[in-house]
Amino acid sequence: MTEKRDTIRGTIPHVIMTEFFETVRDVPVIRFALLAGIVSSLTYGVVGTFVVTRRIGYIAAAIAHSILGGIGAAIYFSRTYDMVWLTPMLGAIIAAITSAIVIGCISLKFKEREDTIISAVWAGGMAMGLLFLHHTPGKGVNLESYLFGNILLTSKGDVIATCALGLVVLALVGLFYHKLVAVCFDEEFVQLRDVSSKAYYLLLLVLTGICMVLLVRVAGIVLSLALIILPAATACRLVRRMWAIMVVAVGLSMIYNVGGLMVSFQLDQPTGPFVVVVASLVYGTSVLFRKF
Amino acid sequence: MKVVSCTELSFRYGKVKVIDNVSFEVLKGESISVIGPNGGGKSTLLKLLLGLETPESGTLNVLGETAGRSRRRIGYVPQVMHFDPAYPVSVLEIVLMGRLDRLVVGTYSKKCRSVAEQALESVHLADFKNRPFSALSGGERQRVMIARALACEPELLLLDEPTANIDLSAEEQFIGALAALRKDMTLILVTHDLELVSELSDSVLCVNQHVHRHSLPLSGETIREIYSGRRRIEHDRKTRHHQGDHSACDHD
Repeated sequence: MTEKRDTIRGTIPHVIMTEFFETVRDVPVIRFALLAGIVSSLTYGVVGTFVVTRRIGYIAAAIAHSILGGIGAAIYFSRTYDMVWLTPMLGAIIAAITSAIVIGCISLKFKEREDTIISAVWAGGMAMGLLFLHHTPGKGVNLESYLFGNILLTSKGDVIATCALGLVVLALVGLFYHKLVAVCFDEEFVQLRDVSSKAYYLLLLVLTGICMVLLVRVAGIVLSLALIILPAATACRLVRRMWAIMVVAVGLSMIYNVGGLMVSFQLDQPTGPFVVVVASLVYGTSVLFRKF
Repeated sequence: MKVVSCTELSFRYGKVKVIDNVSFEVLKGESISVIGPNGGGKSTLLKLLLGLETPESGTLNVLGETAGRSRRRIGYVPQVMHFDPAYPVSVLEIVLMGRLDRLVVGTYSKKCRSVAEQALESVHLADFKNRPFSALSGGERQRVMIARALACEPELLLLDEPTANIDLSAEEQFIGALAALRKDMTLILVTHDLELVSELSDSVLCVNQHVHRHSLPLSGETIREIYSGRRRIEHDRKTRHHQGDHSACDHD
């Protein structure tokens, strides 16, 4: 028994884990990123399942990209007009909710023009963000860190906001789970039960938007999108019940976020891209596995 | 007691008149089939009864209320499976959708579960309740849709071409399930299946912009007039071409 324990202690994974946990204990920024990763895994797994099964990945992508508009506007106004309270995170949340409602309302009203409108919000949001950042006075803003994430920029405030938003999202899904499932399955029937299918569809889009903001610091706007879709898409290939997909997606998301953080730290790789590459490979394997 | 009371009802999609000055009544306990050519307004009539469309003129009362207000008391089985059949839900979860209530949040109550299970039993699918919907055959899926409509505890059941996508053996099971329900509630059934009409209906509403009520059995001449009567269809086609709708060309 003692011999076996000693053998395990000597293995590479054991060394990686020991070093990682020591770092988590000593370096606050890694601790924050780890906590943000765990909380967002829960929300990503749950909301990602709705996004994938309702097939609104392209809407999620448009919302994710339009977040840059909110971040740019927040940085611009906070620096130009001294609005210290207007943090990039707050700007991102406002932009995510606004673009979710705009896309939702327009796509419900003009179904035939849905793709055009989504493209406009996608590109328009990003362009607005770039314009705001261009005119922002003072030190230049690192755009790449918002697009692809930078773990070193994660603050205690970001983690608190991530945890609070994550809990709100989970609570809302818990309260309205059956209605959200029904709306994703058959909107017309939900309407016949005198339940507003439009309101619940918009709620789903808003929850998706909020999810996009959760890991904006760690993984960035573009890579957050992959983290919401890939675990649920992989889970869909493995199980066939909504709750089971959610459980598997949360599990995968947790492995990607925590494991990815651990390994990328050890291998000195950027966390966001590393996690997304691993998640994409697992998804690709699951597709091939089902094909053959 | 009148379940449906329709007086001088008209409806148009844009410039195309689909229902023109229609009046009819359906009494409690009746089983009515709605037949007619494609594009004749059958499905539109059901949507008007459900309050999903608003009439251009005329009055339409369903279960003593203006159409739309009574929709919670109506069970509806839609024409096309417009939803994703691979959606990852179980049979019971779908039937429970018939118990959705805008004021209730959280989980379904025990009563809701028992009503849903009873509905599944009435279409002989009690053993299927935990199966994924995607694993069912076309006929079984259609019976699940009926069970979902029954879970609403409806006073009126509307079915829109319920046998359109199912094979013969599934159709037999389906007709059996409907025949049992017929004793307990008012049925309005849109169909092209004349066998279904004769097995399940007391009378027939022929819809082709206008509505004519016929008693059963339908004479060969009436059927010909409804589905292939040259004069009637050509007249219909001319009017629709004039109004800019070319869908009636498919009826030949």
